[in-house]
Amino acid sequence: MKNSLGRFVPEGFKPFLGSKEYLKHPRTTEKVIFSGNEGNKLLNSISEVFDRLQITDSMTLSFHHHLRNGDLVLNLVCEEIRKRGLKNMTIAASSLFPNQRVLIDCIENGNVTNIYASYFNGGAAKAVSEGKLRGMLYMDTHGGRSRAIESGDIKIDVAFIALPASTREGNGNGYFGPSACGSLGYAIADMLYAKKKVVVTDHLVDSVQKPVIKAQHIDYVVVVNKIGDSGGIESGTTRITRDPVGLKIAEKTAVLLDELGLLEDGFSMQTGAGGTTLAVTRFIKNIMLKKNIKARFASGGITRYHAEMLAEGLIEKIYDVQCFDLAAVKSISENPNHIEISASQYANPYEDAVVNKLDFVVLGATEIDLNFNVNVTTASTGLIMGGSGGHSDTAAGAKVTVIVTPLMKSRLPIIRPEITTVTTPGEDVDVLVTERGIAINPRRVDLLEKLQGSKLKLVPIEELFRLALSYTGVPEEKKRSGRVIGVVRYRDQTIIDTLYQM
Amino acid sequence: MKIGIAGSLESSDCLVRAEASDKLEIQIESTVFEFFGNQIRKVILSTLEELGIKAIKIHVNDKGALDYTIRSRLLAAARRMEAS
Repeated sequence: MKNSLGRFVPEGFKPFLGSKEYLKHPRTTEKVIFSGNEGNKLLNSISEVFDRLQITDSMTLSFHHHLRNGDLVLNLVCEEIRKRGLKNMTIAASSLFPNQRVLIDCIENGNVTNIYASYFNGGAAKAVSEGKLRGMLYMDTHGGRSRAIESGDIKIDVAFIALPASTREGNGNGYFGPSACGSLGYAIADMLYAKKKVVVTDHLVDSVQKPVIKAQHIDYVVVVNKIGDSGGIESGTTRITRDPVGLKIAEKTAVLLDELGLLEDGFSMQTGAGGTTLAVTRFIKNIMLKKNIKARFASGGITRYHAEMLAEGLIEKIYDVQCFDLAAVKSISENPNHIEISASQYANPYEDAVVNKLDFVVLGATEIDLNFNVNVTTASTGLIMGGSGGHSDTAAGAKVTVIVTPLMKSRLPIIRPEITTVTTPGEDVDVLVTERGIAINPRRVDLLEKLQGSKLKLVPIEELFRLALSYTGVPEEKKRSGRVIGVVRYRDQTIIDTLYQM
Repeated sequence: MKIGIAGSLESSDCLVRAEASDKLEIQIESTVFEFFGNQIRKVILSTLEELGIKAIKIHVNDKGALDYTIRSRLLAAARRMEAS
């Protein structure tokens, strides 16, 4: 079967039909689960948790990724799975990072046979790309994951919640302690709907002012030496690019947003944490200062640059589902206008979510096709190295979705006649900004009209495609293996694309 | 032994090593080999032909360089080899 984008859908799955199709189906939610444990919740080790909760073969364990590439909790749990020789386990993580190397072993040995993630990068992602996972990989969006958990599509047996500061009862938040990571937005659905919930902490406190994780849902609290490496929490591309190509793209993007009338007093934005999108934030800030305007809010993954603008009064509120660096962590713990939100409040398709209130979002792309469909899940080789995260959610919600990318990265042209994997549908992608010109999705006649008389270089996407090929040459066709290893699920659980062994 | 080296291992560049030899040997490592391996070989062969070189040992470590970069790195490496 094929979906509306012409991509193959394996048997037993529902095909993607369009980004608004979910509106035809009602929201379904399971019952919120409270802990019955009124006694002593403290346990001494992960091993004790496995005994107490009788964690056995074929169970589903869940994790959040706010400690990012510094997370040690998934490693501790996977080591226990390996030590006990458990089989056919399912890992339901909000994202998986390169430092979680023990997962590679668990995949190869069949301890872990199914994985859910919204972003997946590193050695374990490579092992899955090579076909070593015996079951399936399900790639979700951040909003789609919270919907999947509340609807019971993902049934979690035990949620392991890394909690930087916790009481003995399991009240806590991410603002304090040696592994402070700020927002815990992706853990909330797990806390509400998993059958059993275990807090893993390295910082026991007597009381917590504003608990985000609530004791009434928590069954056990385990104290370990360390839940995270703060150096790894602040990982990835969270600095403004110094690349002249990236800076040129960023500057043009800010000018474009202004010409589209999107930079007016009280606007709202999400600009992510990539080197180029952060540069866009900086150029937007310059325009804001010049025009003497303020933003109503910024949302999403938050960096020091957003926190700085909040402190300077340029942004009124930040809705934060994930802190990308320690300056953002400090801001969320101190500034009352820096507000923590759950993944559901952020991007659940069935919520009155923050993404729906965005005037614009600026996103990246690994590949984009001539219909503006975007891949951020796999490299052109088929290697899994990312995932939607909030990409599809914000693209669906924002009034204007802008993709920023150079025409080519290390010779590989980014615009392709056919992309390796579709993550976000072209119907939700409005603008592509490159160093050689800006392409507007022809569906957005309204944007084209607003830009009449603009000095920006507006060109059809086909022209940018041909220009890129004139530099790079035409890449040789790569034959795709027929073996399905996973699926990319859109926000509503329909299949937007299929993942194949490399 | 006559050797010439040019280029770098930066992204979008390549490092070319040319070594005097009595036969033609070309080794290519590339981050984009499966997409541009044949094209890289073609550029090396045409550049060597232009220089009238029939026997040489070339090793290219490519990080996604465009054709003109590969060509200029190869020209520089060959000249440095001659001058060494």
